[in-house]
Amino acid sequence: MATTMQRVRFTFLDHMIKQPVIYRMGHDFDVVTNIRRADVQEGVGWVILEVEGELEEIERGLEWVRSLGVRVDPALGDLIEP
Amino acid sequence: MVNVAALRCKECSREYPIGAFNVCDFCFGPLEVVYDMDAIADIASRERIMSGPNSLWRYADFLPAEYNPLVDINAGFTPLIRSRGLAERLGLEELWIKNDSVNPSYSFKDRVVAVATAKALELGFETLACASTGNLACAVAAHAARAGMNAYVFIPSDLEAGKVLGAAIYNPTMIAVNGSYDDVNRLCSELADQYHWAFVNINVRPFYADGSKTLGYEVAEQLGWRAPAHAIAPSASGAMFTKIYQGLREFEQTGIIDKVETRMHCAQARGCSPIATAYKEGRFVIRPVKPATIAKSLGIGNPADGYYALKTIEASGGSAVIAEEHEVAEGIKLLAQTEGIFTEGAGGVAIAGLKRLVERGEIQPDEPTVVYITGNGLKTTEIVSDVVNPILIEGTVSAFEQSVGVKA
Repeated sequence: MATTMQRVRFTFLDHMIKQPVIYRMGHDFDVVTNIRRADVQEGVGWVILEVEGELEEIERGLEWVRSLGVRVDPALGDLIEP
Repeated sequence: MVNVAALRCKECSREYPIGAFNVCDFCFGPLEVVYDMDAIADIASRERIMSGPNSLWRYADFLPAEYNPLVDINAGFTPLIRSRGLAERLGLEELWIKNDSVNPSYSFKDRVVAVATAKALELGFETLACASTGNLACAVAAHAARAGMNAYVFIPSDLEAGKVLGAAIYNPTMIAVNGSYDDVNRLCSELADQYHWAFVNINVRPFYADGSKTLGYEVAEQLGWRAPAHAIAPSASGAMFTKIYQGLREFEQTGIIDKVETRMHCAQARGCSPIATAYKEGRFVIRPVKPATIAKSLGIGNPADGYYALKTIEASGGSAVIAEEHEVAEGIKLLAQTEGIFTEGAGGVAIAGLKRLVERGEIQPDEPTVVYITGNGLKTTEIVSDVVNPILIEGTVSAFEQSVGVKA
């Protein structure tokens, strides 16, 4: 299967900031993560990263990230506009 | 374009040649158009602007696309009305209403799409596209029709069909996507990468966004070449809000107007207020939310320009206000019943926000204030359907007089 790439933004709230979410995603799923930009402050933080792999594996990985309570969004904001 | 220098990353400042891309390869930051302001200052003048067309293209010197009559359906140069009734109600001496609900497809989106479409043609595109649940779809379909371009409009499959009638009438290819909001987002991102289409708010977004600068230029011109003390605008992605201020500042920078001391106030509804909430909590990190507001045209939970809107508030000494959901319809009715202008939910939010700012004392009675009304009420009649209460009578004069309580 061909690999693909997605640009996503993870938003971490409160306790999730301390969890090594991106490391574990790369470890437990067959995807390569590459952080491009981030801002982590007390109580909230975000990381914009590239996730590369087979689409299905990226989806599985992102779903796992969501299941932890981390918000996953398109890197550049919502593309659907009212 | 002699006045357009490059595209530049808003985060790391890397520059790129002019083209259809919106993301920095290095840091994934958003790109924006860089202008040669000295070149613009050399040619721009009030007289030159006033001799231009009665549309946003009178500001072509400040825009990233050349005027193209093939695209022009007269977007922009909408009325700026001196308020009487609303001003009196709020205790303001100089309140102005920028009525952008009378654009060709009845929202400010005609401005951004007009510029995006002109640029798309310059860049050789034959197809315009967008993902939208409302106003943007209408503007894209209308401009594509005018320009003789193909149009693809992506909508979530659970959207009520009536919501997109205003777009469907122009006969774009409309695709209802099964799946969640996120699925539509992802699909459009992938299509924008794979197809040689101009996705107005994706790969041509830097040009698209700059169409909103004209909301700043116009107000300055219509106020008699001056900037207001306060501007209140509803915000969804935050882009329009940011660009209004950029427009005012560019007029200052090029000597078209004197010093700009406008305080920019962003209004959002309680059910989708990521920017206003961040402002209230004193931080620059936006926490995305799931939109749940009656003001559907402000329903962007993960606003692309939220951070930059917060920076605009900071730079201008402005603020952000949250309108409660019940205040949205009240705001719509107040504007209609005091000024004769019927707006949609976003306008209701702006009016409710204005009211709150006055109550808080942020706006002094004698300060020139402009409130932006960005969409037309006929698009969201369900919000205020309770106003229809006709008095039912038999067809006689006596029945009329008895029921209504009048006498000839």
